[in-house]
Amino acid sequence: MQTIIETKNLRVEYKPQASREPRKVAVKDLNLKVCAGEVFGFLGPNGAGKTTTMNVLLGFVHATAGAAYLFDVDVREPISRQRIGYLPELTYYYKFLTAEELLRFYAKIFKVPRDQVDRRIDQLMKLVELDHARKRPIKTYSKGMQQRVGLAQALINNPDLLILDEPTSGLDPLGRMKVREIIQRLKNEGKTVFFSSHELGEVETVCDRVAIISQGELKVAGRVSDLMKQYQANLEMIFLKIIGYQPALAMEAA
Amino acid sequence: MNTVFALATVVVKELYRRKDFYVLFILTALVTVLMGSVSFFHDAKIARYLKEICLLLVWVSALVIAIGASARQIPSERENRTIFPLLAKPVTRWQVVLGKFTGCWLACGLALLMFYVFFGVISGSRTGHWPLAQYLQVLWLHWVMLGVVVAMVLCGSVIFAAPSSNATICFIVVTGILLLGRHLNQVALREPEPLSSVLYAIYFLIPHLEWYDVRDFVIFDHALIGWGSCALATLYAAAYTGLLLFAAWLVFRRKPLNL
Repeated sequence: MQTIIETKNLRVEYKPQASREPRKVAVKDLNLKVCAGEVFGFLGPNGAGKTTTMNVLLGFVHATAGAAYLFDVDVREPISRQRIGYLPELTYYYKFLTAEELLRFYAKIFKVPRDQVDRRIDQLMKLVELDHARKRPIKTYSKGMQQRVGLAQALINNPDLLILDEPTSGLDPLGRMKVREIIQRLKNEGKTVFFSSHELGEVETVCDRVAIISQGELKVAGRVSDLMKQYQANLEMIFLKIIGYQPALAMEAA
Repeated sequence: MNTVFALATVVVKELYRRKDFYVLFILTALVTVLMGSVSFFHDAKIARYLKEICLLLVWVSALVIAIGASARQIPSERENRTIFPLLAKPVTRWQVVLGKFTGCWLACGLALLMFYVFFGVISGSRTGHWPLAQYLQVLWLHWVMLGVVVAMVLCGSVIFAAPSSNATICFIVVTGILLLGRHLNQVALREPEPLSSVLYAIYFLIPHLEWYDVRDFVIFDHALIGWGSCALATLYAAAYTGLLLFAAWLVFRRKPLNL
């Protein structure tokens, strides 16, 4: 099976705020492989290094050591991002544009053929149920609507890999259900989805495989069903155990 | 180039959806029309003064538009975090710099066109004289000069943290060059060493934007500037624009995306 995402001994260090402090290691020698057609959950507590890893994959941050590849192309090459869609955790779009203009802009960047652009925008607007508001500036949208525009822009190039950073954060239950449906649909179409989330129930439902990282280190990776069998617990319990959460200590602290 | 033009389109859309340009245009139009409607001391040369005032307002407004629009481009991408979904596409940082430059420069060109059409109508209605080729030359040289200004401001926007400080510094530098640039070598002659060498170095380093200020050709109805000279001036501005954009990219390519 084709490897879509691969990291080899990936290490990311940040410069300290003060010169006396040691360098902060955000990701320590991470080795990860995601294959074609998988829905892969990337889990970890806040500050574990999930976003940093995603930032390396997306070319925002350069690795201190090691390497990362998308479709066997080094992530430092912009062309590695030709077949991906990215949905950030929060909505970061040009608010003075309408949803349609935003999609047209991104379609142009991806060089989507002109005769396909209108059809593609129509499909996506219907998919995210924003057809009625497509001519309105994004600044007039609610948070949920903005998140759906984000999803539409992530799909404009009909990507083979979707990278979603906490796609359901801040959404109401209906919004979450819709995002989950879309992920399921993409999976059925054979797309690869790589996403981070704190909603472990959701991850359990939609993911084939997961990786849990803590303090920049990969703690465990495997099929959800295998992990549940191995630990005799649901994903939430497994997660808490792996990151070293101790209920008794937490109670004492409280 | 596809990506560069896509980015430029967004910049142009942003400019015409903001109110800055309209305010400046209305202000220029209002002042010019008001001045034109008053007959000072029944002076027959009133049309010349009118042209002078209108062109001065056009220059000031164009500088405000160029500096204001360019100064906020890259910082606002970083502040609003729109840079993240953008760079998650197959877009390089060089294309971002070039796209922002193209957008700002085109937007300035559109604004200039409107200003000069207005100027042409006001001037023509007063004098009955329509020197279109001359207007075209003045407009072109003005636009080419704004290219250097836009590139300078973009370069500043990746160096200085706040857009307001960048805009202020660039405005002072550009105004300084326009007012003092041509005199620097003469001042250098009168100064002792090492100040003389420093001033000479500055004189040869700065882009001489004042060469592009050919308002007097229109005001005093001089003959056309040679097209060869126009082409050389365009090349000179293009070289400085290229250098400044390259410097902007050098700084931006290693810059963390978070502010």
